[in-house]
Amino acid sequence: MIQINVNGEKKECPAGTSVSELLESLDIDKRYVAVEVNLKVVPRTQLSEKKLQENDSLEIVTFVGGG
Amino acid sequence: MSEFTDEQIKRYSRHIILPEVGGKGQKKLLKAKVFLVGAGGLGSPAAYYLAAVGVGKIGIADMDTVDLSNLQRQILHSNKDLDYSKALSAKETLEDLNPDVEVVPYTERLISENIIDIIKDYDVVLDGSDNFPTRYLVNDACVLLGKPLSHGSIFRFEGQATTIVPGKGPCYRCIFETPPPPDLVPSCQEAGVLGVLPGVIGVIQATEVIKLILGKGDLLIGELLLYDSLKMDFKKLNVRRNPECPICGENPTIKELIDYEEFCQVHF
Repeated sequence: MIQINVNGEKKECPAGTSVSELLESLDIDKRYVAVEVNLKVVPRTQLSEKKLQENDSLEIVTFVGGG
Repeated sequence: MSEFTDEQIKRYSRHIILPEVGGKGQKKLLKAKVFLVGAGGLGSPAAYYLAAVGVGKIGIADMDTVDLSNLQRQILHSNKDLDYSKALSAKETLEDLNPDVEVVPYTERLISENIIDIIKDYDVVLDGSDNFPTRYLVNDACVLLGKPLSHGSIFRFEGQATTIVPGKGPCYRCIFETPPPPDLVPSCQEAGVLGVLPGVIGVIQATEVIKLILGKGDLLIGELLLYDSLKMDFKKLNVRRNPECPICGENPTIKELIDYEEFCQVHF
């Protein structure tokens, strides 16, 4: 297991987990969100390729469109 | 305008005595032209303050009419305005507040064919729209024109804001590359929104616009401000330009404006 930080909270996930897999495990539909890993936005097409590393810091931001 | 009238010296006295604004800054505001997308939840508080501080020309676009369910948060409008155009209602409210301000109402929908012509003569754009097709259209038009854009959006108890200055930081597509699928987005009607929430976000947007006009302070460029009203938590995320951004990246693939399918239709 590796330690990661998601929206300011410490979490654990198996080594080699992709961003896409993490979102699934958190029950988040990836079409709704933008994900930043270590201050860099991960393009939606690369969410399955991007593997998480120890101490990675993630921000998951939901699409908000109302006005 | 070269000199202030006596009435203007009094009206703007609390600005004129601020070193960061002063007479010079107040004149910049009186000469500024700001375009607001939407006269709803976000547009209402933003327009109210922009008019109060004496922004000389305010364009405001909204194709909707005032519904009773809007009055819980859309403070530009009143009971007497029910079924009346929001853009026209906004003009009356704002010109009552400050006769120095010229308000230009637009009652047509903003689409790829008209947006460039409508916004090209304004200095800054403030997006307070209620749907993703308009948000992407406004972002892309501002990037193509190199025009600064204050983005704000709200949902239930949460809001977001960022300031986009093309060439100086990321655009909306650098963060959210493409709109979410239409069927996944709950409509504004289904979702609900806390009445005071747009007040907070709309006034943050107006603050950014005023600082842009004055050329003072630090802007939310490269930062996405997230506000959670239930936790009373403000958080800033750093966002960067995406070199592969389809509109502002190194090799843009979007060369003309797109009209996405409407998916937050609120018709009463």
